[in-house]
Amino acid sequence: MTALLELDGVTAHYGHVQALFGVSLSVAEGEVVALMGRNGMGKTTTIRTVCRMLPHTAGRIAFAGADLARTPSHKAARMGLGLVPEGRRCFPNLTVTENLTAAARPGPWDMDRVTALFPRLAERRGQKAATLSGGEQQMLAIGRALMTNPRLMLLDEATEGLAPVVRQEIWAALRQLKGGALSILLVDKSMKELAAVADRAVILERGADVWTGATGALTPDLTERYLGV
Amino acid sequence: MLRESWINAVLLAALVAVPLWALAAGEPFVITLATKVAIFALAGVGLNLALGLGGLISFGHAAFFGLGGYVAGILAWHEANAMPVTTLPFTIEGTNEMLAIWPVAMLVAGLAAALIGALSLRTSGVYFIMVTLAFAQMLYYFAISWPAYGGEDGLSFYVRNTFPGANTFDPIQFFAICLVLLAGALALSWAIRRSRFGLALMGARQNAQRVVSLGIRPFGIRLTAFVISGMITGLAGALYADLNRFVSPQMLSWHMSGEIMIFVILGGVGRLYGPIAGAGLFILLEHLLGGVSEYWQALLGLLLLVVVLFARGGLIGVLSKEARDG
Repeated sequence: MTALLELDGVTAHYGHVQALFGVSLSVAEGEVVALMGRNGMGKTTTIRTVCRMLPHTAGRIAFAGADLARTPSHKAARMGLGLVPEGRRCFPNLTVTENLTAAARPGPWDMDRVTALFPRLAERRGQKAATLSGGEQQMLAIGRALMTNPRLMLLDEATEGLAPVVRQEIWAALRQLKGGALSILLVDKSMKELAAVADRAVILERGADVWTGATGALTPDLTERYLGV
Repeated sequence: MLRESWINAVLLAALVAVPLWALAAGEPFVITLATKVAIFALAGVGLNLALGLGGLISFGHAAFFGLGGYVAGILAWHEANAMPVTTLPFTIEGTNEMLAIWPVAMLVAGLAAALIGALSLRTSGVYFIMVTLAFAQMLYYFAISWPAYGGEDGLSFYVRNTFPGANTFDPIQFFAICLVLLAGALALSWAIRRSRFGLALMGARQNAQRVVSLGIRPFGIRLTAFVISGMITGLAGALYADLNRFVSPQMLSWHMSGEIMIFVILGGVGRLYGPIAGAGLFILLEHLLGGVSEYWQALLGLLLLVVVLFARGGLIGVLSKEARDG
């Protein structure tokens, strides 16, 4: 398997404050990788640098063989980076269909496939995104990212703050996505579900990767040390 | 939504019925008023694309309105005086054919919009408002200080430009021409509102960062919208010059920018038929209140305040009882 996304010693700053102190990780074609760590350890910052919303100050980020150092955010998205940002960021005044249409790029993912993955979106197609429930908005955010036909989808806390039933629906959808052509890098806190979906895990601590391995190899000792509160 | 489409139908029907009634009743002045409504609404439809869909608060749309007007006036003036507009690098003759004037007016307004937009869209918020205002005022003072086409006094042309198969001097026929163009601009706006481009434009208004993460650069779609918006407003300017057979720097002044904005806000920002409601109400007030007092605009100001404070969906928002932005 060749690496689709590769980070090597990436550092990043918010103003003068350094947030990433050397993150190295890779996601292979078709692979699902979990990005883990306690709050404030740099998970979201890592996602933001990959999507070019925050420039990295050192190290190298390569996507599909191309160096992303000088790539503006919108170009990175066109190259195949589909972001599902933290906090269900839909376009509130557009309907479900309009949200999806605005994002559409030609490829295997279209309106039919997205609504097949999330039947609830089909039921709500004419409704304004602002009037959807939190879980439905999250489905819409994922659907919208899929409509751009990405090669790598980045999910930042996709199930945070949702009712357990809805979380299960989203996990089920992610399990369906696994095994397709799509690579996924996801940030989440629920170990049990992550273990079922992700092939590998990368644990961050204080802005650097401290453990990388198969999700099956995560021992209670490790999770206690790096993820426990 | 159903209610709003009913209101839209009534608005359009009124805009057609009033001049027809005036024709039957022998009131040509009313037809002229209706023509003014149609032209102002067209200018508003143009601005509504930038302001309503794109959230681009342009306070300089008089630039495009005035440029369209000057293109019509200058071409007609050269035709009437049988002088070419220029002989270098090649001869450009004046013309009094509307079908020739419109594309030129839209082209000039579009080029100006591309230039102004490319510079002003690097800013946002208050700065964007000020930069667009500054460009329009530059053109205004340029028109005042350039004596070739009348300077401050403006430029009169005595014969209305012609349209094949129509007598443009007949008020109802000229009204029909304006109405058809307005309908065309409405259809275009409707199509844009539904296209991927229009949806991305609205998305960029709601949150530019999210649009970027979908692989769309907001600058590009905003500039495109600004140019289309300027072209439509420029076309309205050409018609307005023809209606009055006169252009003056007044068409380029910030008062005009404000008025076009008022049409959009009174009717309802981002609503397809908002500019018709707004322009209609504006002309109606000008006509009714103008008879009562010279200071009718004070009352207009008061009404605008009420709309902005209590009825953010504008006239159409109040009638359809559905408050929304865009």
